[in-house]
Amino acid sequence: MEAIVTQFFNIEIMVKALPLVLQGFGITLLICVVVIPLGLVGGLLAALASVSQNRALRWSAIAFVDLFRAVPPLVLLIFIYAGLPFAGLSLSPFAAVAIGFFLNNSAYFAEIFRAGLLSVHKGQTEAARSTGLTQTQALIHVVLPQATRNVLPDLMSNVVEVIKLTSLASVVSLGEMLHAAGLVRSLTYNASPLVLAAVIYLVMLWPVVRLISRFERRIAS
Amino acid sequence: MTQAAQGAVAPPTLTVRGLRKSFGAEEVLKGIDLTIARSELVFVLGPSGSGKSTMLRCCNRLEEPDAGEITLEGDPVTGPKVDLNRLRLRMGMVFQAFNLYPHLSALSNVTLALRKVRRLPRAKAEALGLAALDRVGLKAKAGSYPAQLSGGQQQRVAIARALALEPSVMLFDEPTSALDPELVGDVLAVMQDMKAQGMTMLVVSHEMKFARDAADRVIFMDAGRIVEEGSPEQIFEAPQHERTETFLARFSGRG
Amino acid sequence: MEAFLDTFFNGAVLARYAPSILQGVWVTVLLSVLIVISGIAGGSALACLRAYRIRLLSVLIVIYADIFRALPPLVLILLVFFGLPNIGILLSSFTVLYLILTLVLAAFAEEIVWAGITAVPKGQWEASRSTGLGFTQTLIWVVLPQAVRIVIPPLTNRAIAITKMTALGMVIGVPDILGQATTAQSFSANASPLMLAAIAYVFLFLPLVIFSRWLETRFAAPGV
Repeated sequence: MEAIVTQFFNIEIMVKALPLVLQGFGITLLICVVVIPLGLVGGLLAALASVSQNRALRWSAIAFVDLFRAVPPLVLLIFIYAGLPFAGLSLSPFAAVAIGFFLNNSAYFAEIFRAGLLSVHKGQTEAARSTGLTQTQALIHVVLPQATRNVLPDLMSNVVEVIKLTSLASVVSLGEMLHAAGLVRSLTYNASPLVLAAVIYLVMLWPVVRLISRFERRIAS
Repeated sequence: MTQAAQGAVAPPTLTVRGLRKSFGAEEVLKGIDLTIARSELVFVLGPSGSGKSTMLRCCNRLEEPDAGEITLEGDPVTGPKVDLNRLRLRMGMVFQAFNLYPHLSALSNVTLALRKVRRLPRAKAEALGLAALDRVGLKAKAGSYPAQLSGGQQQRVAIARALALEPSVMLFDEPTSALDPELVGDVLAVMQDMKAQGMTMLVVSHEMKFARDAADRVIFMDAGRIVEEGSPEQIFEAPQHERTETFLARFSGRG
Repeated sequence: MEAFLDTFFNGAVLARYAPSILQGVWVTVLLSVLIVISGIAGGSALACLRAYRIRLLSVLIVIYADIFRALPPLVLILLVFFGLPNIGILLSSFTVLYLILTLVLAAFAEEIVWAGITAVPKGQWEASRSTGLGFTQTLIWVVLPQAVRIVIPPLTNRAIAITKMTALGMVIGVPDILGQATTAQSFSANASPLMLAAIAYVFLFLPLVIFSRWLETRFAAPGV
């Protein structure tokens, strides 16, 4: 029991690790601020393409989405970070993370937005068009608000997934929170810094996870 | 109605010439000709699948006609260089399923096109929207969301949404078919009132009593064609065509 | 073009490392199958337990599910892989990866199956109980069969997402596809093994992704 406390919940080591881990947390937030909007925008565009009347556009959007849902994000990330330099394209860890996550997140957000767009009844567009709104206006003012609302829990839970996914950036030596915690662990041979990082993730994400569960139940009933 | 009597020189409110439409191999409209005069209420009858809803939806090009010409007050509706969205402001449409926007209040449902297509400032749009809701007796429900309204109230909001744009003609696509019987009356009363105020209306419906009371002219459609047309008395009392008779016989219990 | 082929589709490199990556495919598939079976079984069992509404038990299940849904799997993997040896518990990297991903999948599966159970109307319970079926019988014969329909598409998606995470094993030295490929890449100083790994993943998971898309349309409730 005592071993568990000293090895996992060692306050002394946690205190020492805190500044570095918090610095990493700042980078985690920075990654989130960049990749979440990128993924939302990319996903929305891909979703719009995937329900378009244009056959070629529709199928290429679906192919894009399925391809990047099939490749594990870590594989994509390592491919971009460690593979592309062989082709003369060297990217900073941050750029590699941003691009890899953009591709991965867009695919997942696209599936969600697509489901949302398909959930809005055709009569809504017709009513809007019958009062003179253009296709784009109908989309912006009538279809998108409903589509987004219908899939809000899914969007939120995917945002949680993205935040969790930022921990992969540690693999390409981007100094986010897990990377910082892992570094201190390797110096102290003690797992407490990792527990510290876990606690910070938990504090950040648990309320959201709870909220989503509640949301989903409300929609189901 | 802004322009008063322009007399015989004014073009008809709506004309349809040689309208054809197919869905895949099936020809739903096989050449429809129709003229609706100002302030006329034309009532369209026919079995399901006769093409009446499609005809209505072709009038404001929610369905794209395969062939034919449509004009609104002399202005072409069909053709390549038509500003469809401007024209649609002049043609109100009421749907069977109401199609109210569930994420917007009754008032915002009514003002959306006023603000986004007619580009009115918010205050002006809301004043017009409230006036339109008042006309259908729902001013008090302006802040309610569609889910908080009964079916009849939703349909009246939908009518107000179209009315607020001050259209030249109103197209009704089975406006009462989705309503519980006790809620139908309110909607028909609103339509009756619009008729009294001189609105031009094209109504696809099965409400025979309304047709007798309010229609200037009744059209019977079957299999993509207009089979016969005439005054309500003619059509209901002395139908010329066998198909009309058979159809009306099935509804006789409800007339 | 030739440089591109030489970098990403180098015949010599591919031939040399294809066997080890193929071994990685086997490891990935084995892990995936084990995780999916135990994760879904565990999660479903927990959801059923929750249906009995024993307060303390339900709270514990919810806490478990929340923690494993909120924490990044990589954090858990590193924590267990590097932490447990310090208190004298030695687990292979394969075991750690299997355990953590199973626990993560079970947490998600519990929430999904529970949502499915609660989505079945109360009238179904009442009707079944009124004909004399017991609680457990009602759960098994009336409620779960209806919940399955709702549950299958999201569960499939989640299972795919989590089996893809077997690639995280590379970080702790599991010889899965990605692990083999990164080793091969550092030995060969060539990107072809990574390309081969990416292709292997697409080959493994694309059919599943397409299958899940089909499932969604098949089970789609009209007019959500």
